[in-house]
Amino acid sequence: MNSGDSSLRPLFGTFAALIVLLTLTAGATALPPGWWSTPLSLLIAGAKAALIFTVFMRLRTQGGLVRVFALAGFFFLTILLVLTAADFFTRTWPV
Amino acid sequence: MSATPHPALPAAYGDARQRDLANHLGMWAFISTEVLFFGGLFLAYFIYRLTYPAAFAAGSATLNFWKGTINTGVLLGSSLTMALGDAYIKRGNRRALGLCVAATAVLGIIFLAIKATEYQEMYAKHLVPGLPFAPGVAPAEQLFVFLYFAMTGLHALHMLIGLGLMAWLLRLNRRGQLTMTDHAPVEMFGLYWHFVDCVWVFLYPLLYLIPRR
Repeated sequence: MNSGDSSLRPLFGTFAALIVLLTLTAGATALPPGWWSTPLSLLIAGAKAALIFTVFMRLRTQGGLVRVFALAGFFFLTILLVLTAADFFTRTWPV
Repeated sequence: MSATPHPALPAAYGDARQRDLANHLGMWAFISTEVLFFGGLFLAYFIYRLTYPAAFAAGSATLNFWKGTINTGVLLGSSLTMALGDAYIKRGNRRALGLCVAATAVLGIIFLAIKATEYQEMYAKHLVPGLPFAPGVAPAEQLFVFLYFAMTGLHALHMLIGLGLMAWLLRLNRRGQLTMTDHAPVEMFGLYWHFVDCVWVFLYPLLYLIPRR
């Protein structure tokens, strides 16, 4: 399932891409801050994580079952975040 | 690499392919529990940051931007060396595997050393939960500091465990117990290490890069 996929070039390419993304996210702090600052940095973090998951953690070459296991945690984390957000943004505290 | 059964293959598995699949499923199930473990802290972070945006921006401003940024690069580099080690052992190159794991460990130690100097800075600024805070630090900013230590501390604990596992890998490798066909510990440890790297990839912008408006 992972045999034969031991080429080194994609690993160096991925690392280079990760460093470019890191430079982008660090460099973006020099821009005037706005509502988009945190979403942008989280988007870049998501891109970095996606690269690490697909290349370094080899999900690219894994079958469907392993991918489902890999995404299960994020699936339940999403439920946790979305349902908590639903409560947070709709509740009015009796202050 | 062929799928011929290895003499040391446990009887539970029909072939090496099935063993590899079981290894990966087990490791990913563990990583999923880790996602939720850290996820609770991320949830707390989001709730309090949305509630106290100004205090979190003030707390973030007390952190050392450059140390956080350099540490991100160090950790990404350690993921590269670990991925290289995995690729080398799949080619049967044990010497290169040893060098790569050692390099990963050194980068991990550099990360923790930089982290330690950051904790020292926080101590000097009287921003350590449990000790008296510097006067004028708002309760909501103390909350940020608490989350900073909880999140980076849990992350650092994972790195320490990783360093211990790398010592074990180096020992296995020295004894010749890692080969082209039998290297599951390297692959599984790699998944763990890359995951810990991923956690930091999110901690970095959330802790260090909160914009001040």
